[in-house]
Amino acid sequence: MIRFEDVSVTYEGSAAPTVRGVDLTVPEGELVLLVGPSGVGKSTLLGTVSGLVPHFTGGTLRGRVTVAGRDTRTHKPRELADVVGTVGQDPLAHFVTDTVEDELAYGMESLGLAPGVMRRRVEETLDLLGLAELRDRPIATLSGGQRQRVAIGSVLTPHPRVLVLDEPTSALDPAAAEEVLAVLQRLVHDLGTTVLMAEHRLERVVQYADQVLLLAAPGEPPVLGDPAELMARSPVCPPVVALGRIAGWSPLPLTVRDARRRAGALRERLAGTEPRQEEAAVRPVERPASRWPRPRKERTPEKVPAAAVERLAVRRGRVEALRRVDLTVTPGETVALMGRNGAGKSTLLSTLVGLLEPTSGTVRVGGAVPHSTAPRRLIRHVGLVPQEPRDLLYADTVAAECAAADRDAGAAAGACRALVSELLPGIADDTHPRDLSEGQRLALALAIVLTSRPPLLLLDEPTRGLDYAAKARLVTILRGLAAEGHAIVLATHDVELAAEIAHRVVILADGEVVADGPTAQVVVSSPAFAPQVTKILAPREWLTVTQVREALGAAEGAS
Amino acid sequence: MTNHGSGAPGLLRRRLAPEAHRSNALHPGAWWVWALGLGTAASRTTNPLLIGLLIGVAGYVVAARRSSAPWAKSYGAFVKLGLVVIAIRLVFAIVLGSPIPGTHVLVTLPEVPLPDWAKGVRIGGKVTAEGMVFALYDGVRLAGLLICVGAANALASPSRLLKSLPGALYEVGVAVVVAMTFAPNLIADVRRLRAARRLRGRPDKGVRGLLQVGLPVLEGALERSVALAAAMDARGFGRSAAVPAGVRRLTAVLTLGGLMGVCVGTYGLLTAEGAAYGLSFLLSGLLAALAGLRLGGRRAVRTRYRPDAWGVRAWLVAGSGLAVAALTIWSASYDMGALHPGVVPLVPPTLPLWPAAAALLGLVPAFVAPVPTGEQAPSTPVRPVVSPEETS
Repeated sequence: MIRFEDVSVTYEGSAAPTVRGVDLTVPEGELVLLVGPSGVGKSTLLGTVSGLVPHFTGGTLRGRVTVAGRDTRTHKPRELADVVGTVGQDPLAHFVTDTVEDELAYGMESLGLAPGVMRRRVEETLDLLGLAELRDRPIATLSGGQRQRVAIGSVLTPHPRVLVLDEPTSALDPAAAEEVLAVLQRLVHDLGTTVLMAEHRLERVVQYADQVLLLAAPGEPPVLGDPAELMARSPVCPPVVALGRIAGWSPLPLTVRDARRRAGALRERLAGTEPRQEEAAVRPVERPASRWPRPRKERTPEKVPAAAVERLAVRRGRVEALRRVDLTVTPGETVALMGRNGAGKSTLLSTLVGLLEPTSGTVRVGGAVPHSTAPRRLIRHVGLVPQEPRDLLYADTVAAECAAADRDAGAAAGACRALVSELLPGIADDTHPRDLSEGQRLALALAIVLTSRPPLLLLDEPTRGLDYAAKARLVTILRGLAAEGHAIVLATHDVELAAEIAHRVVILADGEVVADGPTAQVVVSSPAFAPQVTKILAPREWLTVTQVREALGAAEGAS
Repeated sequence: MTNHGSGAPGLLRRRLAPEAHRSNALHPGAWWVWALGLGTAASRTTNPLLIGLLIGVAGYVVAARRSSAPWAKSYGAFVKLGLVVIAIRLVFAIVLGSPIPGTHVLVTLPEVPLPDWAKGVRIGGKVTAEGMVFALYDGVRLAGLLICVGAANALASPSRLLKSLPGALYEVGVAVVVAMTFAPNLIADVRRLRAARRLRGRPDKGVRGLLQVGLPVLEGALERSVALAAAMDARGFGRSAAVPAGVRRLTAVLTLGGLMGVCVGTYGLLTAEGAAYGLSFLLSGLLAALAGLRLGGRRAVRTRYRPDAWGVRAWLVAGSGLAVAALTIWSASYDMGALHPGVVPLVPPTLPLWPAAAALLGLVPAFVAPVPTGEQAPSTPVRPVVSPEETS
């Protein structure tokens, strides 16, 4: 279906080709997953299929890419529109019209399909993707998962034979991701669509892949092959694969189900040991029972929590974003806020940094009331790294950004730069923040926020767009900060991240706290929020591959 | 959302009009014809009671038939704009005086002496009741016109109106639609970035804050437009059919020639001696331009998904607006006095019976236009990453 013949792409101004030596064929009706660390040219390779590389992005493409027999050298993206459907990383940037139904029809209108055909296909697609109730809704009011489904639907209506997706589930909560993946499954199975997809969150998608296209390192020729085989030597792999490697399973299991069936021996080996729990540096204070709020005078004054939220309610217009939320975070503790998109996680974080005023209830961060404290003083109490770290960056070089951060925080000159060097070694002073990778930008924003040494650190969806290596670095950094006594609250969809570093998990639903407790307890009992290792080794409370590895290492050392 | 459910009038309205959905959506052009009809009527009279009635009619229809789509909120902005126009008109009348001779002096402002060459211009001086009332009537008339336009804006979806453009103008329509979705995004960006300044310990208010986020906002906007352009290209935007060179040339000649004809014809009509040839030039120019547009549409391969049909209800809505305009114009020629209450001497305006009855015809859409349901208007707003809400 897609044929690459010795393809290499060189962008203008770069010395070496971004991808090279691509010589393979993607057969019809397969779901092929592009796997590789950040910056190996996954997006470039996807772009060559739709013709956007090089027609739109510039650069030089050598070799030949043919899709359904059409050569992308002679066919512009618009002339491939009826055979290739492309959905980029940000579905919002993809929408041309303002309502769901018009958006689904847009592509067909451009191709000039007959009105009757368009009507029929729109109805079919609405049903296929479960969008029927949303048909008249303005796109701006949809949730992330719904938007992603509309974006996929909008390229499906012209009945393309190839679907190209760049990180379709990265920004979604686990349930919404399942939704999107179920749709893709259906397309591959029922309609025989060829799907080519890049995704960082392998734990979500690798079990659906018929073949994996591995780009192991920049400039290395990619390999197409059996997922289990390639996962064995891939530099990036999901926890289930990592666990399989430790346990020495062959062939490697890709699904939780396969792994569970083989895990009997492993469970026995682990029977005598207890998972080492991440302990908070300071014992968490007892949370007041939410039904009977403790009288104020009983509060122990000497122990100031990093954040104390009592009976918080936030309303925006007619929407109650938060209701009766109680939360106490002690220094040294890491709390993961989880819940579906729109559950109120970001609202809670915004309230903690004073971007939103509570409608009722109280919020204190280190004794200060966030929304009425001057920003300059507030940053000494609390710092937030927003979902889009770029929002924090204004200057055109890293050095200027650091100097500004020192001024903002009233810190000694060079304080921020020292943090940057620590978190992000090997970044030149004159680099433009825009040229940094997603993970590097996050580290820079984190360094800027940390310059004022806030005891409470908030992170909104920090692992979006990070590959496993960048995530591992982030985990190390955050662990270090927690050990230093920083309280950390992170809103995340990434169950693996929460399992790695959170001492406590708070689950929000519809603006209310529905679960609050130690990570192992909350996460083990939940099907949606359980990490893969937990699912495999249940009912024992193992959370991460690291825990298992350490336990096995200890057992071997003892014997 | 207005409540359509309760009471006998609600029942009647529901019986007459079905619930709105995509297939029975009223043609946006009908709403515009109706609103412009009311506007024409408002511009033909200075009677504040009559204009007030027209504004009331427009407001009632808006309240009864607007959805809660984003553009439907623009009505309030137009009403405010109308009030501002009245205020400005009054201030001008106070400061610059009024050509209306009046005897009831309200207050005498100090007059600024002006040189000879500025004769006829006056700053300050006597403020008369007659002058003020005249200015008020004039302001109300302008405000009425604006509010009628606002009503059309609130009732007709702008993007659907653009979809009704002829195929040759399609690209222009897309550009406008993209711009329309772009502006709210830009505003959201500015708010988000200003809020983010707070996270760096800088004040998030004031002009400086706005200026500092300017560059990042523009960068973001540029990136988004490039991404959108890529997405549109990949979805087949700009595909065109092969058209013989002869047809292309003919299209260009017809369109340009037609537009020139329209210009010459209009000039002719406006000058005293050109009336004879003006009309024929104008008409033939229009015909040529339309033919050019039609031929130009051949190049576009695109089709239209569920275009709004111009049905009986559209005729009724448009017709009611036209009827209001026609009857008001007719009664203006019939009974000038009632539509233009005198200001010298000052007399209280009265509501003329027949023009008022004509204005009430404008209420027809509130009974025949399909009723928007709550579904088209979810109450959940978009949630930005960092809230735009003011923090104080």
